[in-house]
Amino acid sequence: MSVAEKIRTIRPDTLIGKRIPKMDAPEKASGKTRYIHDINLSGQLYGKILRSARIHALIKSIDTSAAKALAGVHAVITAADIPDQRPIGVARDHFPLKVGRVRSQRDEIAAVAAESEEIAEAALKLIKVEYQDLPVISDPEEAIKPDSPLIHPEPHGADGSHEHLKQGMSIAHKGKPDNIAMRFDYVHGDVVRGEAESDVVVEDTFKLHYVTHCCMGVSGMIAEFDSSGNLLMYSNTQVPFLHKREFAEYLDMDPARIRIIQPPIGGGFGSKLDIYPFEVICLFLARAAKRPVKLLFDREEEFLASPTRQPVLLTLRSGCRRDGTLTFRQVHTLHDNGAYTSWGATTPFVMMQTFSSLYRVPHCDYHTTAVYTNNPYAGSFRGYGNLQATFAIEQHMDQLAEAIGVDPLAFRLKNAQEAGEVTGQGMSFKSCGFKECLETAARRSDFSRKFRENAANRGKPGSVKHGIGIASMLHVGGGAKIYPSDGCGTILKMDDFANVTLITGASEIGQGSETVLSQLVCEELGLPISALTVVNNDTAITPWDVGVHASRTTFIAGNSAIGAAKKAKSKILAVAAKKFDCAEGDLDLRGGFVIRARDGEALVELSKLIRNLHFSAKADLVMTTFYYEPPSVHQDKGFKGDVSAAYAWATQVVEVEVDTDTGLVTMKRVTGAHDVGRVLNRLGIEGQIEGGMVMGQGYALTEDLMIEDGVMKNPNFRDYKLVTAPEIPEMDISFIESMDGEGPQGAKGVGEAPAICIAAATANAICNATGVRIYGLPFTPERVYRALHGKADKLYWKPWKPE
Amino acid sequence: MSPDISIEFTLNGIRKHVNVTARMNALDMLREVIGLTGTKYGCGEGECGACTIHVDGLSLNSCLMFAVDCDGREVVTIEGLANDPKADALRAAFVEHGAVQCGFCTPGMIMQADHLLHKHPHADAEAIKRGIEGNLCRCTGYKKIVDAIAACTTPSDTERNAEMRKSP
Repeated sequence: MSVAEKIRTIRPDTLIGKRIPKMDAPEKASGKTRYIHDINLSGQLYGKILRSARIHALIKSIDTSAAKALAGVHAVITAADIPDQRPIGVARDHFPLKVGRVRSQRDEIAAVAAESEEIAEAALKLIKVEYQDLPVISDPEEAIKPDSPLIHPEPHGADGSHEHLKQGMSIAHKGKPDNIAMRFDYVHGDVVRGEAESDVVVEDTFKLHYVTHCCMGVSGMIAEFDSSGNLLMYSNTQVPFLHKREFAEYLDMDPARIRIIQPPIGGGFGSKLDIYPFEVICLFLARAAKRPVKLLFDREEEFLASPTRQPVLLTLRSGCRRDGTLTFRQVHTLHDNGAYTSWGATTPFVMMQTFSSLYRVPHCDYHTTAVYTNNPYAGSFRGYGNLQATFAIEQHMDQLAEAIGVDPLAFRLKNAQEAGEVTGQGMSFKSCGFKECLETAARRSDFSRKFRENAANRGKPGSVKHGIGIASMLHVGGGAKIYPSDGCGTILKMDDFANVTLITGASEIGQGSETVLSQLVCEELGLPISALTVVNNDTAITPWDVGVHASRTTFIAGNSAIGAAKKAKSKILAVAAKKFDCAEGDLDLRGGFVIRARDGEALVELSKLIRNLHFSAKADLVMTTFYYEPPSVHQDKGFKGDVSAAYAWATQVVEVEVDTDTGLVTMKRVTGAHDVGRVLNRLGIEGQIEGGMVMGQGYALTEDLMIEDGVMKNPNFRDYKLVTAPEIPEMDISFIESMDGEGPQGAKGVGEAPAICIAAATANAICNATGVRIYGLPFTPERVYRALHGKADKLYWKPWKPE
Repeated sequence: MSPDISIEFTLNGIRKHVNVTARMNALDMLREVIGLTGTKYGCGEGECGACTIHVDGLSLNSCLMFAVDCDGREVVTIEGLANDPKADALRAAFVEHGAVQCGFCTPGMIMQADHLLHKHPHADAEAIKRGIEGNLCRCTGYKKIVDAIAACTTPSDTERNAEMRKSP
């Protein structure tokens, strides 16, 4: 008797919304997972980079002769050895090995490949560099002045040796006549009219600091050219397909001859979105030494040579009517771009969405100037500008509410977006659980009562004051159409035993995409998770994907995986319908069987049916492909357009204790309500949100990358303070399931959302506790103490407005 | 520097003879000389806990220990917990409670948790948080790690937990 005959009917079941453990967790928990640090190739050399000893200087000479003579050294390279270097970065302003000039502490001058790390380090010490110091420009407000020295002047060595560079067209080749890296200008409505219609207007200037990703696994790369000149890279990139193309450009080779393998990575958070000099240098070394080269950072180098979140000076002017209707917002921001331009310089794309569209605001005017300085260059980091924008906007929401004497929750509810709205920026909110987020987070935290009571209790004796603050966010939740395609490809194959290999373009960076994608496929094919194998880390195998960014993987790769699974299902059911002489619609897949949809009766084991297909006269396999392109559009030149297929919403309420004697702020509780469309993997999504909340806590309270005159003062975990386990708040998380019509099983992206509101809500909570509003981060004891004890003015910084 | 110092110790229950340099730390010896890569490099300064190992029953940052100081000792790494039923339960709890994301801190976290549970089988949530204070995690926000460890404790003992919270 077959299994099918024993089990007559199979009840409907679902994996959606369940707590599914991450598929790669058992290996990781056993220490068996091989990260890039754990991979070694035979014949491998070790690469090391010599970085600048100066912040801003001309390179007068480099002498590598002693390093080259050291036993065990296979290659020593400087810019002079790579005369055809091409500039990297979105603005093409950055040679991997610096030509004639260093512009920041991290700048790469030379590199060595040697038989051991020890020898490579010894060789670096033998390289002699002569510099001629230049004035250091570390203040963006100085850098933007017309008479400021230039960070990227027309290149000319003191000896005139860089004449050839002027032939190229990029900033790296021909220089830039001012220090302005990028400008963004966005307008909808007419802010002058908006201000005229306002009963209340507030204006403040906010200052956001440097923080960095602190991935637990340091950066690294292994590169090898085979004897035919094909390149194999082991890389931690989040965007393998775009980078394959870019690396080909930097090496002047055919992209088809580049293969990128992505070992599991020790954290991403946006840090692997750009190509960095060390990666290109590792390729140069491998090419020069004709041996595989492994280049790993140590922790100090990880701090020094990784990107940061954008430090921002932001002046916001907002208004509303007495009835609580928002009238306008005017925003001017100054971004410290650092010495070079990363993709992260485009964070204003996201910032302006928050200003224009989080709440209904009829008139909005937004301007960003990103300026070159000699500071570390900023990159993309979870939230992509949204933490900075939300910090300002959500404080103003409280200030406006207070000015007209309305409860901050009621004020937000009155202006909150709803499903069906199209904003001034052209974003169309097909699903929108914003009001439910506000109401749920407020109810579960008892916000309004505590807000009133805390304010009333401020004057009572005792140094410890209690505060509660609310903040909300809007973020893309259905991809972001920045590149020509925002798509993802899937190849799905089923073996003779009904196991599935899901080959997806989507990269796994620890977020759990492999598990969610498997769930979605299993849901279509009626299989257990154990039937799935995911291949997601090899450009020679996987189909194209634009990369892990913009919280897009579940939505885009999920829809792609579902598309491939539906095609497989349709093929299987067509065969089964013929066999059982019925319509395809009468059948379904469930529990590893083809069943009758009407009553769940098991008709045949799926594996048996697939074997029949394979080994019969039809001689066919179940293999499908699918490419999903979301129905979003590119923004026009005015930054208008429905850039994402769906939008995610969240409200977070933060409760703090403020010790007014010491300035110490303790985060006690965070209540979050997130419109995630639909919960797919409850375990995974809780983990994303808890991790994001604690990352937000670090941004608000403890993390501060201190840069003085271009020098990083605290490149280590001793002095750069990450949140540790005893400091985490109690976290209460609710999910608002708005069931997005385009989302995979209704889901929307969530990866960045949980980090975005915490700092803003904390600012509001501190104000609720003490009556003092603080406009700069982080809320360290010193800053808070100074603010509470009148050691600093309300405006710490003069408003930022360009001439 | 040539690896001219000969040491002998017990690694994960097996006698081991290794030649090391005077400057080498235990982490590099484990990873580069012996080839056990489950112990991770996170900072090299004893600040992150990714390289946690057990030496004579103590939980240590292997990056801060000279390799030569392993001589004559009993060293256990994450690989050494492979056949330990208590550690099996801990690993399973990490998986089931979602305590693993990128996973880079996980081996060190499990070594620290294993040590904590041996010393303090009744640890409550606050004591567990204090116990893993020296292990950084950037992905999870720690909550699910604490839940996973808590699932492997025996019911709590209030007095000992209070004591535990005092002494990190």
